[in-house]
Amino acid sequence: MSSTRTDSKLFGLLVEFETPAALLKAAEKVRDAGYKKFDCHSPFPIHGMDQAMGMKRSNLGYLIAIFTIIGAAAGLGLQYWVHSIEYPHIISGKPLFAWQAYIVVMFAMFVLFGAGAAVFGMLHINRLPRLHHPVFFSDRFSKVTTDGFFISLEAADPQFDLQKTEAFLREIGGAYIERLEEK
Amino acid sequence: MSKIVEMTGDTKPVAIPEKQPLILGNQTFKSVTDKISGIVEGKTPKEWYLAFAVAFFGLLLLLGSIGFLVWDGVGIWGLNNPVGWGWAIVNFVFWVGIGHAGTLISAILFLFRQKWRTSINRFAEAMTIFAVICALLFPGIHIGRIWLLYYFFPVPNQMGVWPNFRSPLLWDFFAVGTYFTVSLLFWYTGMIPDLATFRDRAKTRIRKIIFGIMSLGWRGGNRQWQHYELAYLVLAGLSTPLVLSVHSVVSTDFATSLVPGWHSTIFPPYFVSGAIFSGFAMVMTLAIIARRFYGLEHFITHQHLDKMAKVMLLTGSIVGYSYATEFFIAWYSGSEYESFTFINRAFGPYAWAYWIMITCNVVVPQFFWSGKLRNNIAFLFVASILVNVGMWFERFVIVVTSLSRDYLPSSWDYYSPTLWDIMTFIGSFGLFFTFFLLFLRFLPMISMSEIKGILPQANPHHKDSHE
Repeated sequence: MSSTRTDSKLFGLLVEFETPAALLKAAEKVRDAGYKKFDCHSPFPIHGMDQAMGMKRSNLGYLIAIFTIIGAAAGLGLQYWVHSIEYPHIISGKPLFAWQAYIVVMFAMFVLFGAGAAVFGMLHINRLPRLHHPVFFSDRFSKVTTDGFFISLEAADPQFDLQKTEAFLREIGGAYIERLEEK
Repeated sequence: MSKIVEMTGDTKPVAIPEKQPLILGNQTFKSVTDKISGIVEGKTPKEWYLAFAVAFFGLLLLLGSIGFLVWDGVGIWGLNNPVGWGWAIVNFVFWVGIGHAGTLISAILFLFRQKWRTSINRFAEAMTIFAVICALLFPGIHIGRIWLLYYFFPVPNQMGVWPNFRSPLLWDFFAVGTYFTVSLLFWYTGMIPDLATFRDRAKTRIRKIIFGIMSLGWRGGNRQWQHYELAYLVLAGLSTPLVLSVHSVVSTDFATSLVPGWHSTIFPPYFVSGAIFSGFAMVMTLAIIARRFYGLEHFITHQHLDKMAKVMLLTGSIVGYSYATEFFIAWYSGSEYESFTFINRAFGPYAWAYWIMITCNVVVPQFFWSGKLRNNIAFLFVASILVNVGMWFERFVIVVTSLSRDYLPSSWDYYSPTLWDIMTFIGSFGLFFTFFLLFLRFLPMISMSEIKGILPQANPHHKDSHE
């Protein structure tokens, strides 16, 4: 598109595959060839892709666990502080620190914080929202949310060599290859 | 296949009965996108405008009723001295109950790997959110002086007063508030990949900008999907106990009081099953209309409706069993107030409401034993509406019969609603359908990415079996 511009820098290569199965096999080959900075784009998550790409387990679960505990503790702390410190009134003969009655609000806060951590933690780890990305410069890439299966391989990968990598991607069955530029 | 062979120690492959496909019409990935996106991208149907006009009129009715309520006070409602909780609380419990099916379908069926949920989860979740908005409205306006709503919130105020966390009304505030927030997060998270589809198909600049922002720059990369799927799973895991807890907490508003007919330990499971029952009925009603109107018969098939009917049969039977248990305990407890309350419910001045409830909630779902009737769309449609009528009357019976005749006969009184009660209730349907119609028009009503995920060709080993 704008290959005439001199200030554009190569971001990487975008290569399309026909089916989920082809993408999965290609991902295994890219992984085995030693590439690290690549991603497989598909309209839906493909079963087994994490292993095929050689990815580690997501750490998101730990983050969520921490936040659920913070939430529950905040719920308990709020109720303790209100009824034992700030506004100590005995109501219907219940003790000031009636922990049994506090469980409901603690549970609600546990879930609220956990759900917030799940969604916002997921967005943070995925570095979203990010509305601007080199893959979006490809017109072909707009298929990805309908029926397109792509691998994007970044030039920043230490193994990356434009000619060799391009030949490699063609060899593993990439039907369509496009150079992506950063603008 | 090799695993099965290993397990059986037999070289002959084990015959697995052919399952009926969930999605019909030999869909491809592209046809799924085209169908669901086409609904939103196409011209607005005339019928939509008509429906929206009716719904919007209802919304105006609601706003007018609330306006007069704020102006004149809760005296415009039919509340009287023993019955301080009238239709407002009946409607609150009714709408919260309906709001249970969405998250149940999204979360519990997701954890149980029930793939049929993918056709109905999106609009069931939308229904949940709008129903919970309607529900939250009622306690809000029931307090009369709505500018004092902040008394509910645990915030520092000029009086130095704090709410009582030992009270179920405050639990309710936290439970329903959390439920609303988590349902909204769940719904939106599920929608991100579909919003990205809309972004990529957008023809006009304005659509590109709106859906570009709403989809947050989703690229569908597996490095994103990995965290996304985990987040979705955890949301499902957190929502599952939440959805069960919310109506349990709502039921403690009643169960922790001393009013006969309310003070009962059966309330939490009884309320939760009733909520799922009514929620599924509402999903059924809306699904039948939507699939017919938008031609989604390939996506929401007879199989889906059949399964929903089975869930309604189960939960409806639990509700019926709970009614019987309440009666039994009223007698077995030996408490004359309890016994009187239940005899009064069935044969007292509100007997008409009680028998509507029994007919709709106990008798109607029993017809779902018949496979033929579960396949009859017209029957399902009528039955699902009857169930919601019945479930509204259930809350009416619980709230009104117990309050109108409790301990002291000298303080008994008959309660009947005024025009304002009725208009507010009808208006809440206007609010619900206004939101729901906007959702159908502008957002993906069926989850495209999830539907594609359950198509046979989505399985990377799909082709292998033929090689």
